[in-house]
Amino acid sequence: MAYTPHTEADHRRMLDAVGVASIDDLFADIPEAVRAQRFDLPPPLTEQEVRGELSRLAARNRVPSVSFLGAGAYRHLVPAVVMEVIGRSEFATAYTPYQPEVSQGTLQSIYEFQSMVCELTGMEVASASHYDGATATAEAALMACRLTRRHRVAVSTAVAPQVRAVLATYCSGPGVEILEVAADLAEGGSGLTPVDAAAAVMDDTVACLIVQQPNFFGGLEPMRQLADAAHANGGQLVSLVEPTSLALLEAPGAYGADIVTAEGQPLGIPLSYGGPYVGLMAARMDSVRQMPGRLVGSTRDAQGRKGYVLTLQAREQHIRREKAASNICTNQALCALAATAYLSAVGPNGLREVAELSTIQARHLAASVEQAGLGERRFSAPYFAEVAIRVPDAPRRHAALAERGIVAGHPLWRDYPELADTLLLATTELTTDDDVRSLAAGLEATR
Amino acid sequence: MSVAESPPADTSGRGAAFSSPAGGEQLQVVEPLIFDASAPGRRGVSFPRASDVARASAVAQPELPADLLRGAAPRLPEVSELDLLRHFNRLSQLNHAIDIGFYPLGSCTMKYNPKVNEWAARLPGLAESHPLDPDELAQGSLELQWLLAELLKEISGFPEVSLQPAAGAHGELTGMLMSRAYHRSRGEAEQRSKVLVPDSSHGTNPATATMVGYQTITIPSNDHGGIDLDALRAALGPDTAALMITNPSTLGIFEDQIHDVLAAVRAAGAIAYMDGANLNAILGRFRPGDAGFDVMHFNLHKTFSTPHGGGGPGAGPVGVSQRLAPFLPAPLPRLVEGDPAEVLANARVGRSTPGARFALETPGERPQSIGRVRSFTGNFGMFVRAYTYIRSNGASGLRAVSDDAVLAANYLRVRLADAYDLPFDRICKHEVVFSGRRQKRQHGVTTLDIAKAILDRGIHPPTIYFPLIVEEALMIEPTETESLETLDRFVEVMHEIAGLAESAPDELKRAPLTTPVGRLDEASAARRPDLRHRFEDETAGVSALREGGE
Repeated sequence: MAYTPHTEADHRRMLDAVGVASIDDLFADIPEAVRAQRFDLPPPLTEQEVRGELSRLAARNRVPSVSFLGAGAYRHLVPAVVMEVIGRSEFATAYTPYQPEVSQGTLQSIYEFQSMVCELTGMEVASASHYDGATATAEAALMACRLTRRHRVAVSTAVAPQVRAVLATYCSGPGVEILEVAADLAEGGSGLTPVDAAAAVMDDTVACLIVQQPNFFGGLEPMRQLADAAHANGGQLVSLVEPTSLALLEAPGAYGADIVTAEGQPLGIPLSYGGPYVGLMAARMDSVRQMPGRLVGSTRDAQGRKGYVLTLQAREQHIRREKAASNICTNQALCALAATAYLSAVGPNGLREVAELSTIQARHLAASVEQAGLGERRFSAPYFAEVAIRVPDAPRRHAALAERGIVAGHPLWRDYPELADTLLLATTELTTDDDVRSLAAGLEATR
Repeated sequence: MSVAESPPADTSGRGAAFSSPAGGEQLQVVEPLIFDASAPGRRGVSFPRASDVARASAVAQPELPADLLRGAAPRLPEVSELDLLRHFNRLSQLNHAIDIGFYPLGSCTMKYNPKVNEWAARLPGLAESHPLDPDELAQGSLELQWLLAELLKEISGFPEVSLQPAAGAHGELTGMLMSRAYHRSRGEAEQRSKVLVPDSSHGTNPATATMVGYQTITIPSNDHGGIDLDALRAALGPDTAALMITNPSTLGIFEDQIHDVLAAVRAAGAIAYMDGANLNAILGRFRPGDAGFDVMHFNLHKTFSTPHGGGGPGAGPVGVSQRLAPFLPAPLPRLVEGDPAEVLANARVGRSTPGARFALETPGERPQSIGRVRSFTGNFGMFVRAYTYIRSNGASGLRAVSDDAVLAANYLRVRLADAYDLPFDRICKHEVVFSGRRQKRQHGVTTLDIAKAILDRGIHPPTIYFPLIVEEALMIEPTETESLETLDRFVEVMHEIAGLAESAPDELKRAPLTTPVGRLDEASAARRPDLRHRFEDETAGVSALREGGE
């Protein structure tokens, strides 16, 4: 099924017009020596057959009945109206708005997205979006290097390991050096980024300090003090945030963040085994010319109608080529649209309810596990909607619970050898009291 | 290219158009911002309250520190679900899209996006799969990725594929990072610092080279639209890290010296990168891996029909030669138990293979890997769609895709050759590049004017002013999914516009007249950036500032 409309008669007419006898003649410019010798793919499938194959693969996944998995991707309600909006053909089957006169829908929705990201973060300007939170953070680090003309960046080890891995990959290209600020993971420790250690690293050769709020372990970092440490010798603070938490937590713009990034997946985007997601990036207006990614601005036409265009394109690859701020070409427009529709659907009150429910259930979960003597919080600091809990013999019990369809969070020992037997458990507004009971019962049964 | 070069007719009666772009006058608004529909207390979605049990139990745990809390709530819109839906539906109606009309945007492959692909991506078993689920719970997600990689290997001739890169430009970045890692493994990282790029290349190629710390050397094209082989040979040397080349090129021309190009690159010890943006033209006809390329990115949103989404998400998997395989991003999904041939044979007929087990690579399994280029294993939702598309088409369907895409482009080439200049008059592949220089020189009508006139006829214009080496370029890619009637209608429109360029050039300069807005003042958008909505308490200060400054 090639989705091609041409009949034999159409082919004939077109071949005659072109003046060749067969379609093969149109490929005569491919030298014999390099022509494909094989193309051994399965035969075509009808719609009902291909549905069968995809249903088979979907059924091979076992979606757990109870899951406390987060660690960078979160199970939230995706309102039906959000899926309806992004399912509109006019959004989904358009491309980058190169012709603004027939792309006002995409352009205005991006302008609304930029506006909402600025509101959430308390920043002055937001990009039209990035691939995901990790690549946005890596791009933010390189942006800070350009802004400060420095070639070293500092990152807390309480930033998600995935994000630090992507940061390392991006920095390896231009040879930017990464300095780690070790989080306090000692027995009885806070699980936070020590301010004095951050201050010690942030000398006048370091472009930025990258910190996550809430951090990878769910802990709440002292952002004001960390911002002061970053700024003391002219460095920048890059703050990686979780967007729903911003309904309750201080806006990064208010505590002095210079660049803010986020994984936008919690804003109405399905888990979909890791993507597509959307990276958020926001900054101060005086940094905009070093900001990577597309930007939409408002303007007018000759008849006095308001309209929207891609703007400040002199930063971008299709104009600047090797002098561009980044090679990024598209944004994640449809995912940004999902986030825009989500934030409009929940509004400020709904987003606060999501954040409150998530954090109450995290504390309910930790309290339930601790009171039943099943485990203990590994860190002392206040946390938001994710909590690190040490459970004796955790690897075996984590596997045994998975067998029962309960995913007891993310095993921390894989990335942090010092966090043996420690699980990172995430809660959202979808976490029910029954889920918490199931986890406690499961831990009890696998003692 | 600037709008100010060709000012549309001024209807304001104030002289030159755009004379007062940010002035005090009230602009007409096509669709108000969602913020304008907001009223305190309205809402779309509600959430349950936490139970008394949960609240009581939570009290035993540390509270959120007061000094970390937000002062004022974010001013998000407060709207009903119906008003929300109408707002976005009305916005959607301001877009042109494939599902509405012809979209021959060169280099972007705006083909039909089959709806069964969307059905597949929304299957709960796939859409609700968490990327960190234990491998035992995610066998379907892992198998699908493994199968898609196997199919892409067969299509491209590369022995290994990583699906991880999120877009074409991201695939380029991945490819260049692997190039560096390869040269480093041979002790040549310092010495090999230059990337060669033809002058017809996408802007992402040189921008990518810079991101990886390489210096870009531009290689000219020859008279036939191919690469200048002598110039390439002269530029290649012990300092060359890689050649990045698009084939078929952005001129829609297959590089018929590709054998010599690859031999020269290989002899110089450099990496041969193929930008796979134009793979739609050569399915079943040319396998870059067999021909000797080291690495290529696939654009799943072009060749394999995943929706462009208004500018993403796409997906940009990379295929690599054996010598680059150790450097691929990690983690790769692997078949760890079971016979690959048996799994493939079973999947061919829609069956699972008993005993087969898939797993993600463990950290450090391939020590030479460049690492991660993004979170998790890639834009999985796009993998589902591309896999559905490839399986629907099969080998015969994919051959037909390229055959019909190439036939359609050549049909437009001959049908429009009388009206527009054809800088490279030879058989093309999936796209054809015309020049509007005749219209510009003889009648003062620019390619931008032509594009805007096309808009008035319900068609999305071709890519314009690219590739940069063609004056007043019009790059047309009809794709395989457009009927002959649609192509003929486009020919008619292009002839009509060429006629108007002679008889009524001013009419073209006024276009478009039927679109929701007319030509927009891009210059003042860049000069006075307005990049977000400002609330009433903010705007007072801003207009005072503007009035003071003018």
